[in-house]
Amino acid sequence: MRIHCPFCGERDLIEFSYLGDANFKRPDASAADAPARFFDEVYLRDNPAGPHAELWYHASGCRSWLRVRRNTRTHEILGGELAKTGGPTATGGPTVAGA
Amino acid sequence: MSKNNPAAPYRLPTGGLVDRSQVLSFLFDGRRYTGFGGDTLASALLGAGVKLVGRSFKYHRRRGVLTAGSEEPNALVELRSGARREANTRATVAELYEGLEACSQNRWPSLAFDVAAINSLLSPIFVAGFYYKTFMWPAALWEKLYEPVIRRAAGLGRASQQADPDTYEKAHAFCDVLVIGAGPAGLAAALAAGRSGARVVLCDEDFLLGGRLNADRHEIDGSSGGDWARQIEAELRSLPEVRILLRTTVFGAYDDGPGARTFGALERVSDHLAVPPAHQPRQRLWKLIATRTVLAAGAIERPIVFGGNDRPGVMMASAVRTYVNRFGVVPGRRVAVFSASDDGWKTAFDLIDAGVAVEAIVDPRAVIAPVLLDQAKRVQARVYSGAQVVDARGGRGLERIVVRQPDGRVTKLSVDALAVSGGWNPSVALTTHVGGRARWSDDACAFVPGELPRGMSVAGAAGGSFGLASALREGAAAGAAAAAATGFTGAAPPVWRADDEALGVTPLWYVAESTAKAFVDFQHDVTREDVALAAREGYRSVELLKRYTTLGMATDQGKTSNLNGHAIMAALTERAIPDVGTTTSRPPYTPVAIGAFAGSHRGKHFKPTRFTSGHVFAQERGATFVEAGQWLRAQWFAAPGETHWRETVTREVKAVRSSVGVCDVSSLGKIDIQGLDAGEFLNRVYINLFSTLPISKVRYGLMLREDGLVMDDGTTARLGTHHYLMSTTTANAAKVMQHLEHARQVLWPELDVQMVSVTEHWAQYAIAGPNSRRLLERLLGDALEVSNDAFPYLACAEFGWRGVTARLFRISFSGEMAYELAVPARFGDAVIRAIMTAGEEFGVVPYGTEALGVMRIEKGHIAGNELSGTTTAEDLGLGRMMSKRKDFIGRVLSARPGLTDANRPVLVGVKAVDKAAQLYAGAHFLALNAAATLENDEGYITSVAFSPMLGHWIGLGLLQRGPQRMGERIRAHSPLRGGDTEVEVVSPLFFDSEGTRLHG
Repeated sequence: MRIHCPFCGERDLIEFSYLGDANFKRPDASAADAPARFFDEVYLRDNPAGPHAELWYHASGCRSWLRVRRNTRTHEILGGELAKTGGPTATGGPTVAGA
Repeated sequence: MSKNNPAAPYRLPTGGLVDRSQVLSFLFDGRRYTGFGGDTLASALLGAGVKLVGRSFKYHRRRGVLTAGSEEPNALVELRSGARREANTRATVAELYEGLEACSQNRWPSLAFDVAAINSLLSPIFVAGFYYKTFMWPAALWEKLYEPVIRRAAGLGRASQQADPDTYEKAHAFCDVLVIGAGPAGLAAALAAGRSGARVVLCDEDFLLGGRLNADRHEIDGSSGGDWARQIEAELRSLPEVRILLRTTVFGAYDDGPGARTFGALERVSDHLAVPPAHQPRQRLWKLIATRTVLAAGAIERPIVFGGNDRPGVMMASAVRTYVNRFGVVPGRRVAVFSASDDGWKTAFDLIDAGVAVEAIVDPRAVIAPVLLDQAKRVQARVYSGAQVVDARGGRGLERIVVRQPDGRVTKLSVDALAVSGGWNPSVALTTHVGGRARWSDDACAFVPGELPRGMSVAGAAGGSFGLASALREGAAAGAAAAAATGFTGAAPPVWRADDEALGVTPLWYVAESTAKAFVDFQHDVTREDVALAAREGYRSVELLKRYTTLGMATDQGKTSNLNGHAIMAALTERAIPDVGTTTSRPPYTPVAIGAFAGSHRGKHFKPTRFTSGHVFAQERGATFVEAGQWLRAQWFAAPGETHWRETVTREVKAVRSSVGVCDVSSLGKIDIQGLDAGEFLNRVYINLFSTLPISKVRYGLMLREDGLVMDDGTTARLGTHHYLMSTTTANAAKVMQHLEHARQVLWPELDVQMVSVTEHWAQYAIAGPNSRRLLERLLGDALEVSNDAFPYLACAEFGWRGVTARLFRISFSGEMAYELAVPARFGDAVIRAIMTAGEEFGVVPYGTEALGVMRIEKGHIAGNELSGTTTAEDLGLGRMMSKRKDFIGRVLSARPGLTDANRPVLVGVKAVDKAAQLYAGAHFLALNAAATLENDEGYITSVAFSPMLGHWIGLGLLQRGPQRMGERIRAHSPLRGGDTEVEVVSPLFFDSEGTRLHG
């Protein structure tokens, strides 16, 4: 498997570490239903047979987190982009109360 | 036939592609034989008249050579001896070399007389599903009785039980066009692509290019097939962008997509030699990255299922031609052919031309092409059309066959070999590895490739085109098209003249009239009756059939057996074969040794060894080292006369606590974090606040995973307004870096924060003990004021020292007044020596990780044993660190009911009631009179040490409601180590609980 890294080009699988579903969005921790939403996000991930958006870390390269679309049936890499700019972002990160 | 060669009575006097000038001597089951260069072990054995080469897996039936290729199910041998002994090697692909040693398998005491052959008489109980049915009860007997007995009786070859003395390596290659298989289609494809200038890799599992061209008598443009193959090879070798990999099996296709695709291939670099040459591996694992692929893997001839079809002497018709034409070996002196295809008749004609008596051609088809009948008549071969071989009989080998004619008449023929052809199965495996499904073809009477992986095309027999001219035409077209697709548009594909005989097959899957045991899967001893039993018992899907009968699950993965088994199932359940379907093949196509996958990553090469810059100093001081992740760290420094490591560690601890010691802590992870939002970022990843940390101060921090469990701990220093330096544990350094990068890039890309690992950039030494400050004053001089007022506990500073930027942190793991001094790594060696010189008058000692560990346990500090991935901040007594003023990773889920259960084990200290008793990590806590059962388990000891300061063993552990049970007596039960010790629950802070030494 070869993964396209926007900085490094197409690189071999062994340079990357896998995390999982890239659709993870850190829920709003102040919401009333935060525990249930965090539980869903942390544990209840989709595992589709087919195209899947995943997070890969270019550990032996530029240390970028990539949002990679991979077909889980064929290992076809359908695209890769920087998670920082192209990937999902949290809505309203936590701030220090009173700091 | 040679009458004057007693050593090789079945070798023809001339002919074949073997080098008769090169006589090779070899041993089989201790007997000496000879063969020629270019032989396989199988061809040499057959030439020597050895028909019996092994015993079968379950019934221990006598077995001979069935095929001439990698699909061989029977002729499995132990190749080589000693540490190089390799079990389950197929004699049909093992190249002969001088001095080769091989042994048959599955026999005791000898191949000719085998005790376990009694299994064959007990065969009514050894039917499909026998393991499930026979040994259901009592389960306890599995481990002690059934399994050892079955394993001894049913095992394949023996492992050498010794370390492999050879080396393996991995290599990558990139190409525009990968051609898999070097038969006529593959050679045509490689040449067409190669001539265009494309980068071509051509792989073949054989040691000779040509495939069936070396085994059949064909003409291409007036040359023999073999000569043509040699001409093409010569041209390919002249093309600079073409790489030929002989003895190389492409065993797996690993991804699909519009770009390049990855294939795994195994090159048997030295398997054809007794010992690999100097600096050469035994095998090389290739990762081939190809833009386009031409699959020209050919086809495998299928057997017919009839009574006694496993008898030594029964052989595939194509294999017989291979032995006759390529190796100059005949399989018998009176041979019959049992063929359901025109192709099988060629075997009869080739045998007759080689001077072998053909007793009969038995063909189940009622109507046979006149051209074949004419030719048979010319050579005076007796033909039984519409007839079937119902039984093959004999003792050690085949002696006679029973032929049943259409009118029911039965004829017995005395023969010593039978060539069988049931048609051909295209080798479609590589088209299915990434999810493709094979498709049934009525034309080919076999499964052919269905939807292909993108970028792959199929040529020749692999696609069901069995004629030679078709193979050449398809190969040339596919090779040219593949090259053109990668931008190499050259000349038109080459054209050659050759015959294009059709296969002409009407499949006969099995002979219904056979009453004797008829084998479907030779290697796993699956019979037609087993398939019938599976059908009767409802295991009708091919996937269930496979698992119930083990059809196709042997090392050959059913290359000769799957389709026959599925076709029998189809007939028994009155379904069409495409409706029954076929099982999916997965990599590897043929067995690949684990050693090849490991490559050079063995022993010390498994992972890099990292040395701190103080390593040489530690070596000079006689340190014993321990692996910590990839790092080697000094574990202790034994002094002359010390006889036990605990004596050494006790001395080191006492020296630190009474004066001063120094420990190399360079391996701890260090992450430099900068940016306008650096403080905010740390607030989100640590459970406690860091934005409020004053500049030039250090704070202990704990981070959780998002699931609420503890991930890592360490200190973080604030070096400037927007500049922090985090330390992590040695083991988790890379994991924490990845975690922080995830938080920075994925969770909160809007934060202005940057980070870099600086672990290797700094050498860092902990200087601990009541004299540590005096040592530092001597060492640093005017460079930094280190008095308690100027540099109190948790202070830090970056300062110039002898022209170098140094950092000092007043932090302590030992509980003593302590500092950590960091300098750029290249000065690490000089600095440790300078520390030792400055500390000479205080008797400074270097101490290792063991003393470090003892002192942290005396102080109740957590480390790797407690940061086990199953503990919460509350469990570790650090719940109060969790800030209520902010959110942080893991906060929400750390409040889950399961993680806040009042009954969770919490960190405590324990000491033995009997001061002399030893404690063991891993011991479980039980009430004094409780039985040692899971229900009574109350926690466990995580860390133990003999405390030099207290003079007895102490431990840290996780105990249910621990903090409320101070003073209570419980047991630490360690069945593994035999200890059952009464202990008292105490505070984890064993030593200097007021912390006066720390702040002194």
